Amino acid sequence: MKKIKEEYLVRIDEIVKMHQDKPGPVKLMLHEVQKELGYIPFEAIEAISEATNRSAADIYGVVTFYSQFTTEPKGKHVIGVCLGTACYVNGSQTILELLSEMTGCPVNGTSSDGLFSIDATRCVGACGLAPVVSVDDTVFGCQKQLEELKMLVLNYIKEERVNG
Amino acid sequence: MEKIKVKINNREYLANPGQTILDVARENNIHIPTLCHLKDLTGTGSCRVCQVEIKGMNKLVASCVYPVADGMEIKTNSKKALDARKQILELIVSNHSKDCLSCIRNTNCELQRLCQETGVREDAYAGAKTTPTFDDVAPGIVRDTSKCILCGRCVAACQKMQGIGILGFQNRGFKTKIGPVYDRSFADVNCIQCGQCINVCPVGALYEKEEIHYVIDALDDPDKYVVVQTAPAVRASLGEEFSMPIGTRVTGKMVSALKLMGFDRVYDTNFGADLTIMEEANEFINRVKNGGVLPQITSCSPGWVNYCEMEYPELLDNLSTCKSPHMMLGAMIKSRFADINNIPKEKIVTVSIMPCTAKKGEARREENLVDGVQDIDYVLTTRELGKLIKMYGIDFKALEDEKYDQDLFGEYTGAAVIFGVSGGVMEAALRTAKDVLEDGDFQQLEYTQVRGEHGLKEASIEIAGTVINVAVAHSMKLAKPLLEDIKNGVSKYHFIEIMGCPGGCVNGGGQSYVPAQIRNSNIDYMTLRAKALYAEDEAQPVRKSHLNTQIQALYKEFLKEPNSDVAHHYLHTHYHKKPRFK
Repeated sequence: MKKIKEEYLVRIDEIVKMHQDKPGPVKLMLHEVQKELGYIPFEAIEAISEATNRSAADIYGVVTFYSQFTTEPKGKHVIGVCLGTACYVNGSQTILELLSEMTGCPVNGTSSDGLFSIDATRCVGACGLAPVVSVDDTVFGCQKQLEELKMLVLNYIKEERVNG
Repeated sequence: MEKIKVKINNREYLANPGQTILDVARENNIHIPTLCHLKDLTGTGSCRVCQVEIKGMNKLVASCVYPVADGMEIKTNSKKALDARKQILELIVSNHSKDCLSCIRNTNCELQRLCQETGVREDAYAGAKTTPTFDDVAPGIVRDTSKCILCGRCVAACQKMQGIGILGFQNRGFKTKIGPVYDRSFADVNCIQCGQCINVCPVGALYEKEEIHYVIDALDDPDKYVVVQTAPAVRASLGEEFSMPIGTRVTGKMVSALKLMGFDRVYDTNFGADLTIMEEANEFINRVKNGGVLPQITSCSPGWVNYCEMEYPELLDNLSTCKSPHMMLGAMIKSRFADINNIPKEKIVTVSIMPCTAKKGEARREENLVDGVQDIDYVLTTRELGKLIKMYGIDFKALEDEKYDQDLFGEYTGAAVIFGVSGGVMEAALRTAKDVLEDGDFQQLEYTQVRGEHGLKEASIEIAGTVINVAVAHSMKLAKPLLEDIKNGVSKYHFIEIMGCPGGCVNGGGQSYVPAQIRNSNIDYMTLRAKALYAEDEAQPVRKSHLNTQIQALYKEFLKEPNSDVAHHYLHTHYHKKPRFK
């Protein structure tokens, strides 16, 4: 098993302690860990299972039930491409393939250098902007903002891969 | 409580409020097929096989969870219910590997039986299947999710019987799978290999790692001298493999069958059990006299030993250092037996027939090697022995009773036989401890306080002026509070017996399958099997291990005395803290 950083372990401990006595603590803990570390490492599953007196398999069941949680570390920049009906008919599949090619990142995976993750998502509820792509917290309606999206991604690549 | 009236299939029945439709139907001998339902274990209504129609309701309901109400009119076999049941099974089968002919559960599969009962005749929904996981890395248990039908019975068994929870549902929708955390191997998580999940699995998704072919090879090899031993609990269950009633004791037929198969020697693990008592009772006496670590906890159950190493490593000093009976006998076969019969120990192959899946791993433990050699080479479960007997074309039911080989290790006492039931090791140890400590031959034989197949048992027994507090736990769920008490320094006990499986070895993970119909009925299969062993105890002329004359001779001529250096070399082991997750 790959070891995770010491600071992550400390953070997991803090998160577990923070929510331990609240009702329904498992999901609170998982959300916080996902937000802070970008994924749910095995160490977090173990810590949560011990604190909540539920088996590790049980916690893992919750993690894999919800698509918000991931067990693999996410890339530095998370790209979400909506494949909901409205976005799909407006060509989001092509955009998805384009982004995957630009970044070298597999769909629903993370690029080998850890710079990008691409998620093909279900409807994100912004059908008026279809096709919708989000990069980290920024949302692009690609009818009008496709070029901006491409520029942003290219900039990240330039910053990190060319200069870095 | 006032009874309510319900109509099932046009006939009126009285029922208690709160009862499920299934309960009422079964009370009145009305058969509703079920799959995921196990009494006192599962209550989710997840498979939907037990659907019935209620007058005035549009949808069918799952009878295993739906409570009856006054005036309810139920049809268990309307066309709508029959069709729905069949369709549910067709859907389950559509995501099930259909290699029935080569499946370990062929002819013994609950899904197969239900498909037959409901009239499934075609592969109605051929199509995509969930990507399966196959895991045969662990020493005792194999998991093949291509067969899994997601009934959740194994999940409930591990969680509710054992309080461990190795297995859980993961992912969602079509990708749903049952497995250990991260879909890992049983070998890489805190699984104790008890096999209770196998016992409740209705299909071939969980099963023991078969070692039959190794044994066949050994029997076929003229250079090998194959010595087999059978555990006490096996004789109380093996008959079920041949459709004999539960609790039929088949000791003589089993010996007969083993001899017909060509085993060179057939011994009873009971001799090993008597040996274990000599070592373990004396270890206990030494601990009490010399201020050793107390409570002493038995170490016969490898499932429990696995649990202790992973979950309570701080209590490893409480564990008796004694190997389990079949390992002790194995060690004696490869040393004393080999010397006396002038057979090089490399040529001896030792086979154990055990009610247990964890024993397969125990035989391979590094800690158990004597001079780098395994005491036991192969472990077969009761089920595997059943298969082997059938494979060799032996008409088991028609066999005459035969006796175990009597040379060296043939004699056994009643104390040894009851090792197969929860409380048996404790009772056997008390019989010997009392005689040794009070220096007499006492008639006090039956310690009924430690008997019974359900729940925690405890007793206070006065021996030589000292009150000895003992407890007997079977399943990790019952053991856990006792272990917590020891950890926190508040345990009042001196001696604790812990067995990995509920009810002890009679209900071990390697015993004959008890189908859901029987588990859901009022038949207490554990008690029936236990009775068979208690009857054999009563029938023995000698019922105390230290009075076994062959045991006495073995000490005089070879082992010197209990807990001697020689005894430690062959009969004792040690334990290590093991990681819960690898």
